[in-house]
Amino acid sequence: MQEHDMSWVRTEMALAQPAPAGVTGFSAWVRKNLIASTGDTILTIIGFALVVMILPQIINWAFINAVWTGPNRTVCATVAQGGIQPDGWSGACWAFVNAKFGQIMFGTYPVEERWRPILVGILLVVLMVPMLMPSVPRKGLNALLLIVGLPIVSFFLLVGGAFGLEHVETARWGGLLVTLSLSFVAIVVSLPLGIMLALGRRSRMPVVKMLCVIFIEAVRGIPLITVLFMASVMLPLFLPPGVTFDKYLRALIGVSLFAAAYMAEVVRGGLQAIPKGQYEGADSLGLGYWQKMYFIVMPQALKLVIPGIVNTFIGMFKDTSLVTIISMFDLLGIVKQNFSDANWATAQTAKSGLIFAAFVFWLFCFGMSRYSMYTERRLDTGHKR
Amino acid sequence: MASQEVLREEPSRASLINDPKVRSIFYQCLVVALLVSGVWWIVHNTIVNLTNLHIASGFAFLRGRAGFDISDTAIAYTSDSTYGRAIIVGLINTLIVAFVGIITATIIGFIVGIGRLSKNWLIQKICTVYVEVFRNIPPLLVIFFWYSGVLAVLPAPRDSINLPFGSFLNQRGFYFPRAVWGDGSWLIPVGLLVGIAMAWFVARKAHQRQMATGQQFPVFWTSLALIIGLPLLAYVLSGFPVTFDFPKQSTFNLTGGFVVKPEFLSLYLALSFYTAAFIAEIVRAGIRGVAKGQSEASSALGLRAGQALRLVVVPQAMRIVIPPLASQYLNLTKNSSLAIAIGYPDLTATTGTVLNQTGQAVECVVIMMVIYLAISLLTSLFMNWFNAKMALVER
Repeated sequence: MQEHDMSWVRTEMALAQPAPAGVTGFSAWVRKNLIASTGDTILTIIGFALVVMILPQIINWAFINAVWTGPNRTVCATVAQGGIQPDGWSGACWAFVNAKFGQIMFGTYPVEERWRPILVGILLVVLMVPMLMPSVPRKGLNALLLIVGLPIVSFFLLVGGAFGLEHVETARWGGLLVTLSLSFVAIVVSLPLGIMLALGRRSRMPVVKMLCVIFIEAVRGIPLITVLFMASVMLPLFLPPGVTFDKYLRALIGVSLFAAAYMAEVVRGGLQAIPKGQYEGADSLGLGYWQKMYFIVMPQALKLVIPGIVNTFIGMFKDTSLVTIISMFDLLGIVKQNFSDANWATAQTAKSGLIFAAFVFWLFCFGMSRYSMYTERRLDTGHKR
Repeated sequence: MASQEVLREEPSRASLINDPKVRSIFYQCLVVALLVSGVWWIVHNTIVNLTNLHIASGFAFLRGRAGFDISDTAIAYTSDSTYGRAIIVGLINTLIVAFVGIITATIIGFIVGIGRLSKNWLIQKICTVYVEVFRNIPPLLVIFFWYSGVLAVLPAPRDSINLPFGSFLNQRGFYFPRAVWGDGSWLIPVGLLVGIAMAWFVARKAHQRQMATGQQFPVFWTSLALIIGLPLLAYVLSGFPVTFDFPKQSTFNLTGGFVVKPEFLSLYLALSFYTAAFIAEIVRAGIRGVAKGQSEASSALGLRAGQALRLVVVPQAMRIVIPPLASQYLNLTKNSSLAIAIGYPDLTATTGTVLNQTGQAVECVVIMMVIYLAISLLTSLFMNWFNAKMALVER
């Protein structure tokens, strides 16, 4: 056999060529993502038409035609409606939100005392931000201050009646103050309560187990409105004659119990996902029940269900808006109450106020869901494939 | 052998306090004692309070005259009807809004969920914006938005907005032609029923034949022809008995036709849009949960993209989708109680009115709880059955 002539093998590397023009750049992106096939092109055209129809109108309404400041309804009404705007005008009435901003934040909390809720808000931010940043040390102390210290301090600051502070009844609270305080307390109460209920549901004691199942399933089966109704109508009946309960406290109890039942099911999901070997391992180390749960099971179970827990928090935050129906004035309630203010009643008022409230709710809920996604990624220790 | 005997001899009980069994029984007795005393305390207080208020307990009040009007009634009801009937009217309204809401939410949810997985960038972004907006806003706010923000500022009946098919939209609701069922129109629903039955029969036969011989039969088109064709045939045969009553504009109001009130419309739209965002996420998770190898394998078998989706991907995705979908349906049903905020007479609203008029707080809350629990239980039973039917059959 003759030896192969290897001279065709090239000795120097070929120069790297740029990718063909057809697969890079804007036009290739458009071809791949917008007009890949006939069906795709039709979809793109429909979507584009939708955006072109809706988006300019929204921008026009919310920014270009919007009224930002003004003393009363005339700035937001057309001439025919007794205002100053030309006929056919349609724009957001941010002047309404602007004028009612204090109420939307604090309700009818006395104006000269409003530094108190503001101070509580600052304390909340100061304690919350380091808690949410994983790199800041002393998490235990921080959590203690946030979960135990803050509610106590806030209680005295907001309610008053001690340390020379004027007493402000909860009936005068309103707006974002009620929404945030209600959901903060409900979150702080419902997580431990939910964990206890979940443990109870998986308990070997039949009586405890049955009671927890009945409570969880009954609460989950009925709407929150019914629970709030119960809290506002039935609680006074259940108490000895003459004992009255603050309306705010009744709503707080209703919302917390409701959220605890949902939380219990989320936590139970996590408990079920922990392999049996972990329980048995803890037993064989000689740990007692509470030690086993605290050191071995709960840290793993809670980590697994962080998305579920945050979803429950988000649901609860949104659900606090239902206290509007039992005539308390949370963020949504106060906005709705102000529609009937004759000084501001125009065709645009309701829409503008509701969109502002929706934006505030959206900001909090979206923030929570993004933070939970971040935590989930950070704590991911390889349980998921 | 010896060691076993030693074990048996010594049942090793250090003391009664450390025996887990004794402890468990003690704790349970403690719980029962606390519960019983708590319940007794509550019952005692309630009885004292009710006696002070001069309210007789019991369900006899349900037979009393209601004395209030209800705006939307599906069954005959006047203010002379009983309290019991008022509650039933509310229950029917709840079921109606839940039913149409579930259907609409499912349709929007599936479209948006599949849209979020689309390779088309624009469609994907539009669907993502929809989901992120509606998921993070309270449903009550969406209801108010439709009610006070959109429907309340529509023009007065005089300047109603004309819509196709002789329908109108104004402040007082959505007006559309009402079908008037004349003589002999009973043939049409009968035709529909027969069509459905025959379609079911054809599907079964076709499945059996495909199992036996491998030959396929165009089941979908045949069923569609049967289900639409037979009622149409009945309509023609019985001499066109159905006529339409069109809404007519008079000076101040529209007369005739069928009216959907703004309360119902805003509740229905809000619940559908809100729940659809959650259903979209469930559908997306379901489809993404099917391993990529499944669709690759089906294209290796020579199935077209549509066939692969219909025969391989969707049946597997449904298994992941159904349980959370069931809980979303329940959520929608429970959220329909928000109707009370805008005055749509659902179960919670009518029962609340009855409660206010009679003062029978305990009974009314019990009725509400029992009905909602029953709805939840029935829905979850049905969905569990459906889930078991769809579940993977393993060896």
